[in-house]
Amino acid sequence: MIGNLPFVACMVLIALGLWTLVFKRNLIKLVIGIGLIESGVNLFLVALGYVRGGVPPIYTYAPAGAPMVLPTPQALTLTSIVIGLATTALMLAFAVVIYRHKGTLDARKIRDLRG
Amino acid sequence: MGAHIPILAIAVPLLGGFATPLLAKLHRRLRDLWALLVVLFVGACVGYVAVHVFAQGLWVYVLGARSPQETLAPGGFPIRIMLVVDGMSAFMGIIAGLLALVAFPFALKFLPEEEGKNLALTLGLLLLAGILGMAYTGDLFNFFVFLEVTSIAACALIGYRTWTSRAPEAAFKTMLLYSLSGLLFLLAVALLYGEYGALNLAYLSAQLRGSRVDRLALALFLGALAMKAAAAPVHFWAPDAYGEAPAAQTLLLVVNTQVSLYGLWRVLFTLYGGVWDAGLGWLVVAMGLLTLVVAAFMALLQTDLGRLVAYGAVSQIGYMMLGVGVGLATLAGRPDYGLVALKGGVFHMLNDALTVGLLFLCVGAVEWATGTRDLRELGGLGHGLPEVALCFLLASLALAGIPPLNGFASKILIYEGSFRLSPILTAIAVLASILLLAVYARAFQGAFLGPRAEVPRRVPAVFLLAMAVLAVGIVVLGLVPGFFLEGVVTPAAEALWRGRAQYLAAVLGG
Repeated sequence: MIGNLPFVACMVLIALGLWTLVFKRNLIKLVIGIGLIESGVNLFLVALGYVRGGVPPIYTYAPAGAPMVLPTPQALTLTSIVIGLATTALMLAFAVVIYRHKGTLDARKIRDLRG
Repeated sequence: MGAHIPILAIAVPLLGGFATPLLAKLHRRLRDLWALLVVLFVGACVGYVAVHVFAQGLWVYVLGARSPQETLAPGGFPIRIMLVVDGMSAFMGIIAGLLALVAFPFALKFLPEEEGKNLALTLGLLLLAGILGMAYTGDLFNFFVFLEVTSIAACALIGYRTWTSRAPEAAFKTMLLYSLSGLLFLLAVALLYGEYGALNLAYLSAQLRGSRVDRLALALFLGALAMKAAAAPVHFWAPDAYGEAPAAQTLLLVVNTQVSLYGLWRVLFTLYGGVWDAGLGWLVVAMGLLTLVVAAFMALLQTDLGRLVAYGAVSQIGYMMLGVGVGLATLAGRPDYGLVALKGGVFHMLNDALTVGLLFLCVGAVEWATGTRDLRELGGLGHGLPEVALCFLLASLALAGIPPLNGFASKILIYEGSFRLSPILTAIAVLASILLLAVYARAFQGAFLGPRAEVPRRVPAVFLLAMAVLAVGIVVLGLVPGFFLEGVVTPAAEALWRGRAQYLAAVLGG
């Protein structure tokens, strides 16, 4: 049971993120919602690659016969974090520009593009 | 050299994109020339790949090894990144190359130098690289990375004109949806990795057993890609995005939605082809019908020419989903009419690229000439801009599926196939087409007919040339559809219809 805790944590993070996207109207909070989902997915990836009692996957240093944690999910997670940085930065930049134009971050009041 | 063409088609626009602002520091002409050369090179590459694939079958390109068999780890496990180009990927590459070849010369003239022309050209090339990456890759994580490349490039392209108030708003909305779509996709990839320990599409496809985790992953894939392909009910970002991006670059956004749709076909037919379920086909059909009806009705309400055309573009996504969905729903018995509908859906992707591309170029030309897109202010442009008026009329008729234009050639196949599955589907699709015809007739009348109006700026020759290329394509595809159906569409549709076994064999050997 305790071994599944990381997976429960990811799902909680993803659910919180979705809840934020659906119910919050502040643009910054929407970006935070995306950030939460992203953390959940990244945590899920890293947790997948963990092997109980595993050592870091470096062949030259590992004791013979010891189980290693999977290296691929870590590489995937790194890539995903970098991509997440770019998307978050871009969204925040747009939020700044919108605030300059409209003087508000409330999505309900920004309605040039309805319909 | 020839052996590396598929990866060059992705790498060169990537390099070209990042080199563009540097070259602009030297000389603007040099940058324009560079962008043109890069696009020409990409066009040549996708053409070469397509000819090769249509003639000799699947092309598997492995990064860092000569053949896929060299990369198999002991359990028959492909460990390197590879590009797998089958008929459908090559077809998607042609569409991307064609629209890029038209969009870039147009954009070089259309984009004002002081309004971020460097940015638009750079982002356009990056978007092109991402699109081709999505079309050619045979690895799910790679697909995710290219998906995010297109997301970031596309949203920056929509919102880079930060001095307008609407563009950043459209970009924020789109970025939110794109990010969510990317994360759902990554979660699905992670689920499959957790279960099978691989990311290679062919290997995963061979391993999939249809367990509960696989189904959950499929639902996530479907949601993510439908969201990015602007299928209803998650289409609402598309009109904003298409409406606010500069007209020339909108063509690339259209390809971007199509390539997401291509990703959906890849997941449904190749990845999940072994654990296929008829309900899935019906789901795609239902989403397609919803998309085309909702978008046609929303187009009725628009007063902005750009947004009106954008809703028309969204409704065409519905036709593609309808055609391919019918093919998917009948995959069990593989009856002839299923293949007919599938061919229609695939053919419609090419036709949509031409017609919607031409409509957006017309919108760009109108905006260039008059400085506005508001239908309430426009009128009487037919006297001053007869060529643009003619192109708009041609594209509108093609979009509504009037014979003998290309839209008819593909829609008739979709109608024929879907009618055999259920006549109700066809009836709804035909009604939506008629509605679209009404919408475009109104737009044409509003913008181009009426008393002679002042046209402040002449439309440059390169605009007309770009539009003429697409217009000729529309007419030719409509008059001799058989030639293109046999040569280009059939290999693409067959790749989805029966190609899964070959796809798996080409990558995994045996």
